[in-house]
Amino acid sequence: MTQSQAPTEVVTDAREHESREHASRDQEALALEGITVRFGSVTALDGAHCTIRRGTVHAILGENGAGKTTLMRAAFGWLAPEGGEIRVNGAPVTFRSSAEAIAQGIGMVHQHFMLIPAMTVTENIALGGDGGFDAATMTTRIAEVAMRAGLPVDPTARVRELSVSAQQRVEIVKALVREARILILDEPTAVLTPDQATELLRWVRTFADAGGTVVLITHKLREAFAVADEITVLRQGRTVLSAAREALTEAHVIEALTGTGGAPDVAGASRAPSVIPTVRPAEGGRAGPEDAAATPPVLRLDGVSYVDARGVTRLRAVDLAVYRGEILGVIGVEGSGPRELLRLLAGRLTPTSGRVTRPDAVGFVPEDRLHDAVIPAFSLTENLVLAEGGQARGWMDWSRWRGIARDLLASADVRAAGPDVPMATLSGGNQQRFVVGRERRRATSALVVENPTRGLDLNASARILADLRTLGGNPRPAVVFHSTDLDEVLSVATRVVACFDGRVVEVPPPLDPNDRSPYTRAMTGSDGVGDVMSTERR
Amino acid sequence: MTEALLALWDGAFGSSYAIWSATLVRSAPLLLLGLGVALAFRAGVLNIGAEGQFLMGAISATAIAQSVGGAVPSIVLIPVMALVGALAGASWAGIAAWLRQRFGVLEVISTIMLNFIALASISWMVRGPLQEPTRIYPQSAEIPASAQWPFLIPGQRLHLGFLLGLLLCAIAWVVLTRTAIGFRIRAVGASPSAATSAGEIDVARTVMRVFLVSGGCAGLAGAAEVGGVTWALYEGISPGYGYTAIAVALLARLHPGWIVVSAIFFGALEAGASAMQRDAGIPSVVVQVIVAVIILGVLAGSQRHGVGGTASARAGSRR
Repeated sequence: MTQSQAPTEVVTDAREHESREHASRDQEALALEGITVRFGSVTALDGAHCTIRRGTVHAILGENGAGKTTLMRAAFGWLAPEGGEIRVNGAPVTFRSSAEAIAQGIGMVHQHFMLIPAMTVTENIALGGDGGFDAATMTTRIAEVAMRAGLPVDPTARVRELSVSAQQRVEIVKALVREARILILDEPTAVLTPDQATELLRWVRTFADAGGTVVLITHKLREAFAVADEITVLRQGRTVLSAAREALTEAHVIEALTGTGGAPDVAGASRAPSVIPTVRPAEGGRAGPEDAAATPPVLRLDGVSYVDARGVTRLRAVDLAVYRGEILGVIGVEGSGPRELLRLLAGRLTPTSGRVTRPDAVGFVPEDRLHDAVIPAFSLTENLVLAEGGQARGWMDWSRWRGIARDLLASADVRAAGPDVPMATLSGGNQQRFVVGRERRRATSALVVENPTRGLDLNASARILADLRTLGGNPRPAVVFHSTDLDEVLSVATRVVACFDGRVVEVPPPLDPNDRSPYTRAMTGSDGVGDVMSTERR
Repeated sequence: MTEALLALWDGAFGSSYAIWSATLVRSAPLLLLGLGVALAFRAGVLNIGAEGQFLMGAISATAIAQSVGGAVPSIVLIPVMALVGALAGASWAGIAAWLRQRFGVLEVISTIMLNFIALASISWMVRGPLQEPTRIYPQSAEIPASAQWPFLIPGQRLHLGFLLGLLLCAIAWVVLTRTAIGFRIRAVGASPSAATSAGEIDVARTVMRVFLVSGGCAGLAGAAEVGGVTWALYEGISPGYGYTAIAVALLARLHPGWIVVSAIFFGALEAGASAMQRDAGIPSVVVQVIVAVIILGVLAGSQRHGVGGTASARAGSRR
């Protein structure tokens, strides 16, 4: 969406709309009152409310599980609330399906895109329409809508071939083709590079200024303050704050989010300049050749390449060394190589070529905790033993393991009724502390951590990050840390490397610690802004 | 209705003959087959091919008994029959295991298909290489006396195979709960991805081994049926034991201890069904309807644990 001519066009468009729609600006576009949603015994929404006025960007903030997405799914007709009222343009509605919501001019871009990879953009957008389908007409219409909206989209491209940000534009265009005037975006920037995110937010602003209405579900405070006119904060299924942005300070919102007086130090939420992560120098971290000889790296890649099962080259001739006591931050968007890099270092993948040097045991905290790190139905003791699963021989001494598990619960501060309860009964934060504790126990010299705060709320995230920053051990382990949230990486890492298109390059710390541009540039390849488009079609 | 149920009960537990020579005799193959199915399911291997593996075990045991028959004493011949039967079952399962490993063929499909091939093989065997000397009947000659498995109780038909089944269930229980291998099997079945990633467990190898052991149990059951019950090979040697075994395993929630109970229950149904047909004139297929209803009921009721979990974990691993 950075093509040079597009924005101008949108601006003209915006002005027309502005004069036409100014009169109705204060009218409500979408109102939700007393919405209650229960899943079995869990109350997801408990009388939540919010009013979204036409022509505004309305940010819905909340921790994970606060009910943001659920509330908007109710507005989109995906689920039927048990109680409460939904009004569109002032008229009460009851949606029995999302088709009815679409008919009322509501469009939703889900966090996980609803596109069929093997089909073209046109086919995807035509899906769900009524009656016949004329590809040529549809293609023209899509091109026209995309052009007017300033969202470059190639209608004939196959979705499979599009980058994540291009797919997101397809989702938005899909909603616009269906004449959505109220656009719900669920965590739209989670999958984007910082530059792409900025572009998207800029587009959102323009769309609202042109008379459109946007609901922006996010957990990033900075985004809400950057783009929203109004902010609603949900906590535990209730609306705890709903006000115009001008009336709010970050401190207000953080208090509402966490329900505590003091704002926790959390990446991505609030960051006073003093807390802005500065990449700390670490002993041995920037070791020159002589130093390296003195303290050999714990993990080392020499000319490592990796080609995945589908024949896609994920890493190209990577050289990398990680030393004791340092926390190597890995940045890079999905698909650019971090996932494979981490798994090679952790020994979970074998390189296609090149040499990996690593200790026998490397602790690994994968991002998909419930799928890759633990077995939810197994007891905590069994999940502890899982780490030894491949090596264990002969008889299992369960009483001994139960004792070790009990010690782990204490040392990693895992809140659980005991070592015999199923993993599924623990909260996400406790599960993650268990996993980190287990992996530290497995390997004392190296730990590889991937998106450890995924699915965790603010407090639990802050604790995990703090734990990683202060990892003990003598000597301290070599840690490799990757997160899709740049702030998280910068808050933890002592040294940063960026993945882009399968290459891994070190990012020297900028002179001004508040300057993020070197990182952003490294993640998007060479000189960042504007270059995003060049990576669109792969 | 009452009459039918009474006939069913009488046929299963009504007399010492019913218990020791009907119910438990039919439970013997179900014990071994059910255990094989349960082990496979525990590791996330949906081995539906117990029937075919059973038949291959029966064919091989018959062949070995016929060929070396008179020359070898029981003490050697019976273990050899058991071993050969188990190996045959394991090899039959091995085909499906290899197809899964090499080409990603779903074992649900391959094992079922192999069942049909096994059935056709038996038809060919009893009309060809293993047919009785007069070449009139489509069945093998009776196996020599030294190949006939001993009865456990004088005057009753309960044979050594039942004891083997009990023993193997006990061993499987201990292995699953107390050993590293058992833990690996459970972990692989519950979550192949976590087993790989967190446990660095070789999932493919674990799956392959369990698949072979599962087939081995079924093949052993086939050998035991020939050696202990029929003393000959013929087409109808299994009244669908391999399929009933799936119900046995599911009803037992894949737990080796409960398999004993569940195998006896289904053995009683099988034994009672023929009595019911004879005495009350109710077709014995009614029992098969009962079996099917039980399978569906258990599946519906176990969405959270056991089989449902295993199946969904498997679905995940296919991605």
